[in-house]
Amino acid sequence: MATENKVENNLTMMKKLLIFTVVMFVFGYAMVPFYEKFCEVAGINNLLQPDTLTQELETDTGRWVTIELDANIRGLPWDFKPLQRSVRIHPGEPVEVMYEIVNNSDREITGQAIPSYSPRFLDKHLRKFECFCFSRQVLKPKEVKQMPVQFVIEPTLPKEFHTITISYTFFELPVGTPAINEK
Amino acid sequence: MAAVHGDVHGHGHDDHHPTGIMRWVTTTNHKDIGTMYLWFSLTMFFTGGFLAMGIRAELFQPGIQILEPELFNSFTTLHGLIMVFGAIMPAFVGFANWQVPMMIGAPDMAFARMNNWSFWLLIPAALLLISSFFVPGGAAAGGWTFYPPLSTQGGLGVDMMLFAVHILGASSIMGSINIITTILNMRAPGMTLMKMPLFVWTWLITAYLLVLAMPVLAGVVTMLITDRHFDTSFFNAAGGGDPVLFQHIFWFFGHPEVYIMILPAFGIVSEIIPTFSRKPLFGYSSMVYATASIAILSCIVWAHHMFTAGMPTVGQLFFMYATMLIAVPTGVKVFNWTATMWRGAMSFETPMLFAIGFIFLFVIGGFSGVICAIVPIDIQVQDTYYVIAHFHYVLVSGALFALFGGAYYWLPKWTGHMYDETLGKLHFWLSMIFFNMAFFVQHFLGLAGMPRRIPDYALQFADFNMISSLGAFGFGLTQLLFVYIVIKCIRSKEPAPEKPWEGATTLEWTHLPTPAPYHSFETPPVVK
Repeated sequence: MATENKVENNLTMMKKLLIFTVVMFVFGYAMVPFYEKFCEVAGINNLLQPDTLTQELETDTGRWVTIELDANIRGLPWDFKPLQRSVRIHPGEPVEVMYEIVNNSDREITGQAIPSYSPRFLDKHLRKFECFCFSRQVLKPKEVKQMPVQFVIEPTLPKEFHTITISYTFFELPVGTPAINEK
Repeated sequence: MAAVHGDVHGHGHDDHHPTGIMRWVTTTNHKDIGTMYLWFSLTMFFTGGFLAMGIRAELFQPGIQILEPELFNSFTTLHGLIMVFGAIMPAFVGFANWQVPMMIGAPDMAFARMNNWSFWLLIPAALLLISSFFVPGGAAAGGWTFYPPLSTQGGLGVDMMLFAVHILGASSIMGSINIITTILNMRAPGMTLMKMPLFVWTWLITAYLLVLAMPVLAGVVTMLITDRHFDTSFFNAAGGGDPVLFQHIFWFFGHPEVYIMILPAFGIVSEIIPTFSRKPLFGYSSMVYATASIAILSCIVWAHHMFTAGMPTVGQLFFMYATMLIAVPTGVKVFNWTATMWRGAMSFETPMLFAIGFIFLFVIGGFSGVICAIVPIDIQVQDTYYVIAHFHYVLVSGALFALFGGAYYWLPKWTGHMYDETLGKLHFWLSMIFFNMAFFVQHFLGLAGMPRRIPDYALQFADFNMISSLGAFGFGLTQLLFVYIVIKCIRSKEPAPEKPWEGATTLEWTHLPTPAPYHSFETPPVVK
């Protein structure tokens, strides 16, 4: 009798611990939406949504900032380059730069560009109104496409930065995957 | 303790079990399974050690001599994975299997069949890890933390590694469910929670950490596998995922994992120090609470591994202070061990030497941990040899030294024979010297900026690297001596004394004969 009770107690304990294990497994997955929400609330990683200007920016004509433009391809048969290597601007002044992509292959390919900035907190001072990275890009075989990026660097950019870099990397989107901001 | 001998003679009946290989394949006996765990972890220790020797041989001189960079990266990756999941963790589970039932007066583990499964799962996992070196593309090479994008890009070797980690995780979860149930449900009458030996306490808390952290690892490994093969984009930037997310989930598992590897070591040391000081452990209840506090804190400090990955300053400050807070309960432990030794009638047999060596060197590793916790310093030393030195001080001279100490302490109880004290002391002193020679200089290398996981280095690092490599070779060779000592002990003809350590007070010494019979405590002892 006593041993039967003991076995039963042990099995109850095992069930509880197995439930806890499953809960923790689900918790690992729950960290994904939690992380996305956290970043959204904290304003981190919010790189793929158009910005709007809430107020007129004053142009800081007292200094120049050089913006270097960079383009990369990850596993795509495309050519991708900015039409100018760099632009020199005053903070607060609206800027438009052009990028060009070429599909060298014989098939239609969908790609998604992901931005990356240096210094890494640049997103706090960068307001982007139009960008090819806001949506997926579909290129027919041998198609050439030129795409603008319109943005402004806010005068809040710390004074010690004279050169900043804006970089894009194109990845292939598998057929059927929604673009990031269409989710 | 007068009732001791009536119980001892109750075990006169024969220990019937299958013989030969089937004894080990089908066994559900906690002592057999503990023995298999210990031999397995020793084998994996030498496998991981072989990889470490390869790494140090390549780093002996600047330039590329022995290992091509890709293979070097596989060596560092598999060295880490094998030592963490194959050597240190199973060794502690082996100790738990042998000791927990004997120390709480239970006849066996709660789920004996599951215990057998959790051991035998380790074998395919180990084979997957080792054989991944021989598949096209080679073994995983992205570091033991398998960060994407490297781990989403590698070849078959990465899949084998991920699958192995899955199996090892399942084994750990089963093992910890078993240990928790055994400790909570199967204690002898009178063995209240606050009378349990500290080794049992630390394992109870460790087992809870395991069921908390391991499923999260299983989750993140599953996400990687679906990213690799089923077009999900958890960590793939192109599909809207984020590689930094991986680091958060991985370290949510990874930091408790660090304490999973050290808490049972605390437990072993807390058994050895009182025995050889011939005094009860100082501050027993504060030890229990300190262990619990460390376990709880370990769940909220994970992002200190990622200070350079980018996070808001508020986050950096939180994780920095939370991390530094762990030094408080850890300090409580160190002071309690010191106070236990204070004015004790101390003697310095091999287990005690390893325990004192543990305290001395673990404190160095603990302090360099506090240094790494400070954000501005961490940004400097991130991914340098300073970090390598830090975690080898806590894992080698911490976890491993405690394992050696525990092995010497309980070998007479397990085998019925005494180990060779002279050789044991030699093993300790050689380990002590070579360990420090191998790893102390790595602090300097790290502070001077030598990065980890790189097969070559700038010329100014040459001298320290040569010293470190010589120390590592010496340390590796010294461990062969340990194998010799263990085998000599098992084969010895001379029986060990019933109670070789006069200061020992736990049940396995006071209520069981030496060697411990195959079945022990079928009638539970009564603890006063």
